[in-house]
Amino acid sequence: MTAHDSKGPAHALPQTLPRFSATFDPHTLSEIRRAAATGIYDIRGGGTKRKLPHFDDLLFLGASMSRYPLEGYREKCGTEVVLGNRFAKKPIYLKTPVTIAGMSFGALSAQAKEALGRGASIVGTSTTTGDGGMTPEERGQSQTLVYQYLPSRYGMNPVDLRKADAIEVVIGQGAKPGGGGMLLGQKISDRVAAMRNLPKGIDQRSACRHPDWTGPDDLEIKIQELREITDWEKPIYVKVGACRPYYDIALAVKAGADVVVLDGMQGGTAATQEVFIEQVGIPILSAIRPAVQALQDLGMHRKVQLIVSGGIRTGADVAKALALGADAVAIGTAALVALGDNDPHWQAEYEALGTTAGAYDDWHEGRDPAGITTQDPELAARLDPVKAGRRLANYLSVMTLEAQTIARACGKSHLHNLEPEDLVALTVEAAAMAGVPLAGTQWIPGKTGGY
Amino acid sequence: MNAFSPDITFDLATSPLRDLNEALHKTSGESNARRWRVLNPEGRHAVAVGIDAPVTVEIDGNVGYYCAGMNQNASVIIHGNAGQGVAENMMSGFVRVCGDASQSAGATGHGGLLVVDGNASARCGISMKGIDIVVKGSIGHMSAFMGQSGSLIVFGDAGEALGDSLYEAKLFVRGTVKSLGADCIAKELRDEHKALLAQKLEAAGVAPGSVDLSEFKRYGSARKLYNFHVDNADAY
Repeated sequence: MTAHDSKGPAHALPQTLPRFSATFDPHTLSEIRRAAATGIYDIRGGGTKRKLPHFDDLLFLGASMSRYPLEGYREKCGTEVVLGNRFAKKPIYLKTPVTIAGMSFGALSAQAKEALGRGASIVGTSTTTGDGGMTPEERGQSQTLVYQYLPSRYGMNPVDLRKADAIEVVIGQGAKPGGGGMLLGQKISDRVAAMRNLPKGIDQRSACRHPDWTGPDDLEIKIQELREITDWEKPIYVKVGACRPYYDIALAVKAGADVVVLDGMQGGTAATQEVFIEQVGIPILSAIRPAVQALQDLGMHRKVQLIVSGGIRTGADVAKALALGADAVAIGTAALVALGDNDPHWQAEYEALGTTAGAYDDWHEGRDPAGITTQDPELAARLDPVKAGRRLANYLSVMTLEAQTIARACGKSHLHNLEPEDLVALTVEAAAMAGVPLAGTQWIPGKTGGY
Repeated sequence: MNAFSPDITFDLATSPLRDLNEALHKTSGESNARRWRVLNPEGRHAVAVGIDAPVTVEIDGNVGYYCAGMNQNASVIIHGNAGQGVAENMMSGFVRVCGDASQSAGATGHGGLLVVDGNASARCGISMKGIDIVVKGSIGHMSAFMGQSGSLIVFGDAGEALGDSLYEAKLFVRGTVKSLGADCIAKELRDEHKALLAQKLEAAGVAPGSVDLSEFKRYGSARKLYNFHVDNADAY
């Protein structure tokens, strides 16, 4: 309200500050105007940006009178993990439980894919292909490479299948459970078009459902086929977006998976509708315990390994995910940041694109100043795969060291010895979702009594 | 039993499927065993999958899902019916189903030739990426959905939503089409297309002149959904 007083400012009535509606906040208003001007939904990359109950809402209790810590730099705290020893003749052995999630050549430049392979290989972990097939660069630079088997089957062929170290049947991802892929024309370069057998420059849609199977009974037969083709050598993962984790994980185990991958809604995507990213799926914090419960109910916990992803940023996040029962984690967005995504070094160019370093998410447009989410040869050349791979390796090492630091403080000689009893929650919501007590209480919402 | 004279006969009633596929994977162009016969498949899944050698495999009986999946270079002949996803993701070679095929026949195939003497079910040629498919009977609904390249030739009728969201696959149907999917339209059958038909049918073993090529109608992509446009919103 504006008031005018002829006696001047000294006698003006107090004014209320402009107040934005919590419902119609500035971002919402801008989206309404954008939709009205264009007539098309907003498309962007990345994962959800809303505030969610997350690993930040958990704390470790550490050692005390009844728990003995391990000596920080003297006593061993193991980090290795074996994936896929249920049926596969050649399981995967990783030195750290932090793996690199599936990201496609097409969504990412060839240099970025190579850098992911280099970084992962330095620290002894795996990287993963994406929609669009396997490139020689990433196979060549990845010591352990997981080959995604997606509904589109772009670039899928038995030669690359046999070159892979594991096969990941993708049913969904956390950013868009129930959604297919999307790669807009700006990124369909000659090479991407050839690999996907599509006309150059079209807006490419990937199917949301597999073309030759539907449901867990069919999946069991599909997995049998993949095992027969690869002579039962390769571990077979099944990846799902977090939505009904108890039943999805139980059905994946029933279908014969060696490993299940559970991706929360914080997990990123190369491109999809904003409404999908923000409104479909559940946070990873709420998905881990039901998934682990399904494995335990089937007597398969630690026999079928669980990899969780979606918003993993630090060694603390790794330790918390493992304490809740996961065997390993996967990182995507964080790995891209380690390579150089959204780096303030390119601030002027981010501003020219109408955004700012740290908020850039128009990955589908292919104009990434950091040269990562692009197929523009000049932009892509900005990323040195060797140096970027080194940065990723450094970051992965730090995460592993941080997780070990926490595990030792809890008296654990291996990251897998972390357990829910090491955790408390800071909020009622996190306590309910993670199934650990609210700090300072015995209270786990939804459960009677303590542990 | 047909007149085929095999180098190796494999009876699935007495030997495990695993042994068959492993033996087939060990064959190569230099192997002496070029002609294989498989007895008593009895609807087993994943029979003769992942072969990469110029061998001929004749299967006497019905097979389950994914027979000849991801085939390269081999000729696989099924003297019976085939379950879901026969010749899925085939790269090259030849697969023939002497009976009927279930849904998703030739799904995502990148190359080679699939011939179905009988009918194929729904989603025949779904997401096809270069494979040629000849069906002498009819096909079910949603066939050639998102077909990228290759050709689908049907002597009989096609079910609902043929060629929905089609890319550059070429579709030829001699009978009726119940309905066309989004962005799939009827196109003129010119001499170049008749030549293509003649070439594919010859490869499929159809005697020249036994089929009147002018009876086929051609269907392809209208290419209106290749780039997003708000005016096409009701098609997405």
